[in-house]
Amino acid sequence: MVPQAWYFLLSALLFGLGVAGFAARRNTLVMFMSVELMLNAANLVFIAGARDYLPARGSACALFVIAVAAAEVAVGLALVLAIFRLKKSVVADDVRELRA
Amino acid sequence: MNALLSTMLAATTLADPLWLTLIKSVAVFGITMTLVPLLVLAERRVSAWMQYRVGPNRVGIGGTMQPMADLVKMLFKEELRPDGVPNFLFTAAPAIAATCALAMMAVVPFGGTLEIGGRSIPLVVADVDIGVLCVLALSSIGVYGITLGGWASNSKYSLLGGLRSSAQMISYELTLGITLLSVLVVASGDSFGSFKLSDLVLRQAESGIWNCFKLPLGFVLFTISAFAETNRLPFDLPEAEPELVGGYHTEYSSMRFGLFFLGEYAAMVAGSAVIVCLFLGGWHFPFVTKEAVVGWGGALTQVAVFLTKVLAFLFFFIHVRWTLPRLRYDQLMNLGWKLMLPLALVNLLFAGLGAALGWF
Amino acid sequence: MLSETTAFLIFSAIALVGAVQVVTRRNPVHAALWLVGAFLGVAGLFLTLGAGLLGAIQVMVYAGAIMVLFLFVILLLNLDATPYEGLSVARGASLFVAAATVALIAVPFAQAGELKAAATADAPDLPATAGNVANVLFTQYALPFEVVSLLLLIAMVGAIHLARRTRRDEPV
Repeated sequence: MVPQAWYFLLSALLFGLGVAGFAARRNTLVMFMSVELMLNAANLVFIAGARDYLPARGSACALFVIAVAAAEVAVGLALVLAIFRLKKSVVADDVRELRA
Repeated sequence: MNALLSTMLAATTLADPLWLTLIKSVAVFGITMTLVPLLVLAERRVSAWMQYRVGPNRVGIGGTMQPMADLVKMLFKEELRPDGVPNFLFTAAPAIAATCALAMMAVVPFGGTLEIGGRSIPLVVADVDIGVLCVLALSSIGVYGITLGGWASNSKYSLLGGLRSSAQMISYELTLGITLLSVLVVASGDSFGSFKLSDLVLRQAESGIWNCFKLPLGFVLFTISAFAETNRLPFDLPEAEPELVGGYHTEYSSMRFGLFFLGEYAAMVAGSAVIVCLFLGGWHFPFVTKEAVVGWGGALTQVAVFLTKVLAFLFFFIHVRWTLPRLRYDQLMNLGWKLMLPLALVNLLFAGLGAALGWF
Repeated sequence: MLSETTAFLIFSAIALVGAVQVVTRRNPVHAALWLVGAFLGVAGLFLTLGAGLLGAIQVMVYAGAIMVLFLFVILLLNLDATPYEGLSVARGASLFVAAATVALIAVPFAQAGELKAAATADAPDLPATAGNVANVLFTQYALPFEVVSLLLLIAMVGAIHLARRTRRDEPV
């Protein structure tokens, strides 16, 4: 039996990589991918934490996270497409109209 | 690769010892790899027969060795690689396509359970709890093979073919999934049901009525979606020779092309096998095979019945290819989203109503 | 047969390498493919944790649908690799933030050790098979389930509205 702490540590690392990618990259598509990575890390915690006592409920919660991720991607990619149509670019720094 | 994947799938169930899983993997792999050249030959001979031609009949007796000759030709052809191509992805793409199609066979039950020497052996490589989902997952990973093949070729035609394939397969996967749900609803009964393909077959064998009679609309929808998922005519837009030269495999030659070719035919075999399991009763046939738990003779009969059904369905695949013209791309999308998807939802509603009112 | 520890080590290595590559690759297609690899690694971890259903759904939804959509958009926009963005104060700060996040998550979890079931006398100790998960989803979590389905509907409508090609004189 692998200790749960290992899974949690791995999940923390994945989440941290997601944070790093989201903060450091300027390509909106890669930023979205980093968000997906963070959501997946959260799922890993749900499943690993629920392993011994509430496996079915852990899986159900992770399912909700996956559904939310799918919704986020649908809207996010539509936004990226709309911005690309306007700016011919997907770099976040090129979209700064609202900055004073 | 197939054996490895099947073994890994089987490892999650821990039902069989490792050696048994290995034997089963090799057997299933062998059957699939025998069916593929057979199918290639059948395609050419059947098309010739349908068009009042002769077809290849020179190599071997009646042309039976033609696939072998094709294979030798492919192996010895020069391997061309266009300029500026990412090496790894260019090679990996056909491998992904072929592997996913072959691995799908791992969850397909060829028969019931073989009772021998006090050991009961289910006649399926990996009788996993999530069999149907495995099929869907592998078919959705298979999309990458074609999409990446198109992208990695560094060519306009290939890229368009790859884009078309990903759009087409995502669209038809929806119909496929929803129709699959209706099958699960019908099979569920009072209990929670299961995703095991073997259980779905068992349910049909017990009631004696195959799912294609309970869900005729679902059967038609699933078959059409399977055609789209395997990129067969009338849905072969990713390759579409007259428009895209050859689509995603324009730049491929030699055995890399051979792998794409193999993947397409293996996907046909796997698709037929899954359809036979879901809708046509799998190994069950009235008056011939009824018992799920059998000895040697029964097991062989079951496998024979199953393979006969698969071959009949494969003939249907070929027949359709040489009968129907190719759809235009907008027609394909309209069909998928405006007709198939709503009908799939109607079918699911029908299945739910039927299950609630006890029609099945 | 794979022992659980070996499986954990293999799959976590796949997931970590994939994640690092997603963040560092400059070509978005490569980043997307590495992300697929990372998702497959996490799916393997789900399998080792006995949540085969979630593993299959992870492959189907994440690797099969979401990432294909990403790839589709990248190919559609015909994006090239972004130029090297250089080191800046902002990037250094983001790395620091990421490291701090890891520490903030990892330390409490590591100290907590094994999770115990907290006051769940009614908790049925059921494995995460499809039937059990469905049972939980449609009884105990029925309300969140409906909310999520509503969310998906809204997202679908929003996505279609956003991606629809508007007439030229209209602002997007």
